[in-house]
Amino acid sequence: MSFSELAIILLSTVLVNNFVLAQFLGLCPFMGVSNKLESAIGMAGATTFVMTLASICTYLVDTWVLSPLGLQYLRTIAFILVIAAVVQFVKMFMEKTSPLLYRVLGVFLPLITVNCAVLGVAILNTQKAHNFFESTMYGFGGALGFAMVLVLFSAMRERLAVADVPAPFKGASIGMITAGLMALAFLGFGGLVSLQ
Amino acid sequence: MIDFILQNPIFSALIALGGLSALFGAVLGFAAVKFKVEGDPIVDQIDALLPQTQCGQCGHPGCRPYAQAIADGDPINKCPPGGQATINALADLLDVEAPSLDSEHGEHSDVKKVAFIREDECIGCTKCIQACPMDAILGAAKHMHTVIVDECTGCDLCVEPCPVDCIDMIPVQTDLKTWKWDLPATNQKPVFHVVASEVNLIASDLGRGAAFDTAKATDETGKAA
Repeated sequence: MSFSELAIILLSTVLVNNFVLAQFLGLCPFMGVSNKLESAIGMAGATTFVMTLASICTYLVDTWVLSPLGLQYLRTIAFILVIAAVVQFVKMFMEKTSPLLYRVLGVFLPLITVNCAVLGVAILNTQKAHNFFESTMYGFGGALGFAMVLVLFSAMRERLAVADVPAPFKGASIGMITAGLMALAFLGFGGLVSLQ
Repeated sequence: MIDFILQNPIFSALIALGGLSALFGAVLGFAAVKFKVEGDPIVDQIDALLPQTQCGQCGHPGCRPYAQAIADGDPINKCPPGGQATINALADLLDVEAPSLDSEHGEHSDVKKVAFIREDECIGCTKCIQACPMDAILGAAKHMHTVIVDECTGCDLCVEPCPVDCIDMIPVQTDLKTWKWDLPATNQKPVFHVVASEVNLIASDLGRGAAFDTAKATDETGKAA
């Protein structure tokens, strides 16, 4: 496992195989929390933190508990359990050690439990048979990609809110169209790096 | 035993999931005890008694920081919008002598006032908007500003920065909309303490800057009658 391979995984998950715009995971917070830049940044920070931690924990559970017992078919439910526990633990830990960050992230922290990108990264890790470092990097990169796209999109939606949009496209519809155009734009990164 | 478990995958599944759940439950239970956050209930109680004008006349950036400062030993007589009624309620809560209002921080007025911008004189400098702690002033640069009466707590902070002196503090007339129940003042004996806290809750439901309404309501309704 060389450093350059990890860098390629990072670049690939952030830009080429972006979780939101190329794999269509985590669309719910992507549309739901992107109305304001501030809350988007909060959500992005919380998700980055949890997703990295969750990909590490799910890798450990999969490798040390599920695989030796031949219980791969229990992955989904076991991963949900792991993610819920990790989110709750992070919430408690943060409330104690960093009340400021806790107040910034606020309600978004528990919301991440049901973010499908977090479950997606865990399941993709097992499908692609990543090792520990690859899993961590994949989770971190995916989270970074999610955070970047969410913040970009919320900045656009803040401008759309005051733009002169034709009546039928107002509100969520122009948001969907913008997201689609963003996904098209991200297609341009295809072929930048290729994962073996 | 191990052979038995391995031959019956349902048991290994149950044990694995049950074990994981128990493990996470134990970790979370441990975390709940280890990372328990002790809130400071006295700060919340003090904050509930303050008028929530967020005017900063006490020298703190808002009512909650002042509540924190009182809990840390700051004098309780620095709140002009609250006036004597708030000081008495605080003294009652903290079981200290009620001092009179420290005039260094401003005068308490018994009549509720709101800011009013004489709009044809407004030059649109936005200085009052920046000064307003309640975001009660509407407007943009080089456009006329106006005050949202419902949001204004009458804290005076916008009057000083205005370069053309076009902001007046006008008293609010008591009419059907602004009249409040004539509730007993909050400086009663400890027997009334529970009642007093309820009074404040109701008053703050009625609108911002409410703690002093309980005291003020007495003379205003007296006048109205």
